[in-house]
Amino acid sequence: MSALLLRDLVLSIRAGGGFGLGLAFFLIVTVLVPFGVGPQTDLLARIAPGILWIGALLACLLSLDRILALDWEDGTLDLLATAPLPVESIVTVKALAHWITTGLPLVLAAPVLGVLLSLPLPAYQWVVISLALGTPALSVIGTFGAALTVGLKRGGLLMSLLVLPLYVPTLIFGAEVARRGAEGLTVQTPLLLLAGISFGVIALLPFASAAVLRINLR
Amino acid sequence: MVLAVRDLAVTRGGMAILEGVSFDLSPGEALVLRGPNGVGKTTLLRSVAGLQPVEAGTVTGAEDQMAYAGHSDGLKAMLSVTENLKFWASVFAVKDIESALHSFDLIELRNRMAGTLSAGQKRRLGLARLMVTGRPIWVLDEPTVSLDVASVALFAEAVRGHLRSGGSALMATHIDLGLEEARVLDLTPFKASPRARHMDEAFL
Repeated sequence: MSALLLRDLVLSIRAGGGFGLGLAFFLIVTVLVPFGVGPQTDLLARIAPGILWIGALLACLLSLDRILALDWEDGTLDLLATAPLPVESIVTVKALAHWITTGLPLVLAAPVLGVLLSLPLPAYQWVVISLALGTPALSVIGTFGAALTVGLKRGGLLMSLLVLPLYVPTLIFGAEVARRGAEGLTVQTPLLLLAGISFGVIALLPFASAAVLRINLR
Repeated sequence: MVLAVRDLAVTRGGMAILEGVSFDLSPGEALVLRGPNGVGKTTLLRSVAGLQPVEAGTVTGAEDQMAYAGHSDGLKAMLSVTENLKFWASVFAVKDIESALHSFDLIELRNRMAGTLSAGQKRRLGLARLMVTGRPIWVLDEPTVSLDVASVALFAEAVRGHLRSGGSALMATHIDLGLEEARVLDLTPFKASPRARHMDEAFL
């Protein structure tokens, strides 16, 4: 398992690996929004938590079709399926590698980019905490979408349509944590719900991903 | 470990293509599947490898004992030859990759990126992967595609060494490998009478 994780991380930083794709997209969104909205810092401050969350979500979505499609094309998935690794652990490792290369950089970049959006001071910690808690769910759900559409030519569109509705609960509670944090309200309820979603999908969804991947490999 | 296939029937794209295929493969044996294009060699091998559901019949002794090599080699272009092999070796919990590099004459290429190899060199690396699996039953689909005469000889020697050490090999190939000890199974007589498969399985 660690060999697979290590290989995926090495591949992501080699040429054409796609590391930084999500991060660059996140940067572009948060840099462009102030230009589009105009220089009203109070308005920007109000929408900043939501913009950061939407930017992170779309940045995650952008790199999903790479999770399994590349291994499918060169036959690695077939060979992995006959290897001693259970398919459940393959999809878990794939989701983890996606989170490390996409989700984690977004969490770390969010406070820096928050400055551009005049993010209120009390919101910084809650944006980071909610993204750290929510982005693993985005990676795991995204791996499920990738497993559903692996083997389809140009499956990216279908995958986006399938995955976006599944992302909505994470977005609602994640952005709610950040918004309440920004306004100095109590964040306990949305934070617990966000944690529930994350841990729930991490615990359950790899089994669903493995099941659909097995069917798709046939 | 004896690989036993009994009354196997397989389908491709919803059409039955082979039925009633039975054979045994004992340690030290090699079995070559022959037959014209489209007869179902690949489908049969994928079924034996567990990558495809069988329509009828049983395959016993293959699970966790077999290493499969299909049409694609499963190589990463941006990893070097050594890194590719090391990855598969650690997946199968095998330490030694040097003998595999030697057997397929990859020593001089070991630090090259797999993406810069020629088709034949990639194939050699793909076959070297079999040696780092440590699995006794090799299931090979057209292993000699894009190999030159010298590389085919290397491959035949690797198979022979594998058989000597108690392994076995099941392969589909069109060319003569020079393996005198290999049995040949022609699949043409097992061709299924055409009939449609149950519709509800189209989704599985």
